[in-house]
Amino acid sequence: MTITRLVWANLRRNKKRTVLTILSVMVAFFLFGTLRSVITTLIRAATVGSETRLVTTNATGISFPLPEAHANRLRAVEGVKLVSWANWFGGVYQDPKQFFAQFAIKAEPYLAMYPELQITAGDRDAFLRERTAALVGVGLLEKFGWQIGQKITLKGTYLPGDFDFTIRAAYTPSDPAMGDEMMLFHYEYFYERSEGKIGPGWYVVQLDRPDRAADVAAAIDAQFKNSSAPTKTETERAFQAGFATMWGNIGFLVSAIGTAVFFAILFVAANTMMMAVRERVGETAVLKTVGFPNGLLFRLVIAESVLITIVGGALGLLLARAAFAGKTPLHAFFPGFGVTTDTLLLGLVVALVLGVVSGAVPALQSARLSVVSALRRVA
Amino acid sequence: MSSPNSAVVSEANVAQGRVLVEIRDLAKIYRRGNEAIKVFEGVSLDIRNGEFLALMGPSGSGKSTLLNIIAGLDSPTEGTVVVEGQDITRMSGRQLAAWRSTHVGFIFQFYNLLPVLTAAQNVELPLLLTNLSKKERREHVLAALELVGLSDRSQHFPGQLSGGQQQRVGIARALVSDPTIILGDEPTGDLDAASGKEILDLLERLSREFGKTILMVTHDAHAAERAEAIMHMDKGVLSR
Repeated sequence: MTITRLVWANLRRNKKRTVLTILSVMVAFFLFGTLRSVITTLIRAATVGSETRLVTTNATGISFPLPEAHANRLRAVEGVKLVSWANWFGGVYQDPKQFFAQFAIKAEPYLAMYPELQITAGDRDAFLRERTAALVGVGLLEKFGWQIGQKITLKGTYLPGDFDFTIRAAYTPSDPAMGDEMMLFHYEYFYERSEGKIGPGWYVVQLDRPDRAADVAAAIDAQFKNSSAPTKTETERAFQAGFATMWGNIGFLVSAIGTAVFFAILFVAANTMMMAVRERVGETAVLKTVGFPNGLLFRLVIAESVLITIVGGALGLLLARAAFAGKTPLHAFFPGFGVTTDTLLLGLVVALVLGVVSGAVPALQSARLSVVSALRRVA
Repeated sequence: MSSPNSAVVSEANVAQGRVLVEIRDLAKIYRRGNEAIKVFEGVSLDIRNGEFLALMGPSGSGKSTLLNIIAGLDSPTEGTVVVEGQDITRMSGRQLAAWRSTHVGFIFQFYNLLPVLTAAQNVELPLLLTNLSKKERREHVLAALELVGLSDRSQHFPGQLSGGQQQRVGIARALVSDPTIILGDEPTGDLDAASGKEILDLLERLSREFGKTILMVTHDAHAAERAEAIMHMDKGVLSR
């Protein structure tokens, strides 16, 4: 027998309680893994945008479109290489619960400035040729079992009626954080169906040199300052970060829930260890009598507590990793969502800390136990 | 020595070889608020190597307290306990723990075996603190279990053993590290007459054949008669 065997024997003393405690720690760490991944995905989403592209929106707000006439004036700004634009569509495919993002884009310049969307040359041409063509992410193809050449119909939301599309191309994102569940189609089709009433939702401007971003953005906004539609221009990364900060409160909420879960489990684990130590008062007295020093008794309880939290924590984190490894409904909202190795490692550190903290008080009680009074109590 | 307890020292000195345990002017006084509760005072005693002593006395007379102090489990208010030249009353908690692991074998009234460990694992507990190899530990454990007649029960858990067998495992645990002194706190107190007799036979054999020094606290006059000498503790006074 070894000291480790003694720890193991103590854990097996009340198997039901040990298993239940491990399960509760597992659930907590499943939540920890999931909630932490929401935050890391949000942070990552904020860094997806490029520094070489600017986004120009209506200064009043992103829900107010801009005139199409802005395009030519944007092209004329010094330092601007390419100009494209896009609109949020928000159509429904079969069931509103089957959400995925759809954008109407000024296709040719858009694809030229987004090399991250990897498309074969043949597919690209097929998409550009046809007014009602759709370009979809490979994840979306897989999700709905679509085929290239298949016709699909989306029901408009803020634009009424059915919108027919033919899937002509599929893209693979070079960065998973971009997501592969997006659908792009021609702005011209969108504009026509809006009866010419809805202009570009935002412009995307490709710079010739990224170090001129601030100057070009200022020049653009100065140009439209006194127009009927003044603009707000920022780098795409800042624009994306702005979206991420809109989720900021969710990040705070997620952290708050995570902290509450942590403390709840801390008390569960501490309570378990307190009960275990209280039950073993007589045995602890015997161990002291045969010469076990206080430090060793302290470490025995801590080892027990850490083993419970590490096993429970590892199971919960691995479960979360497995649960979000494939495609889940969350991926439509959070492209690239998954439990990263960093989160796993952080989770294990948290589990270790949890084990030490929850075991500290009972371990101290065990170490400080008076043999004489303990033996009198169990006699 | 002016105290009534001094007689114990002089009489014991006559009996046998070298003195193993020297207790001098021992006092234990508990304090509850301003009140001082005296358990005993001025207790002096010599225990010689290989002696088998019984300590009798009514409940609350202080005999278990004396036993705990000799075991290094409790500290006296005054006085000294010198075991093989080492004054244990001057030791720190850590030193006492290390000292107990090699010098004291303790037999409890209620056996106090760890229910989650087998008989062999219970006996092995004191050896986990030594530098012995796994093989050496196993040899010591089997020898101790053999000595108490339980080698065929080594893999049994306490719940699978009778009271007498559990106490024999307890004795094997007390013996396994070959301690300087074996202390028993009512070792037959929870056993029926037959099992109690087996335990007393075993303690007697340990004393006679193996020269073990044993101090046993008991209420039972028949049990005490099996010892070489009987001491009485009453109202804090120790006498032979």
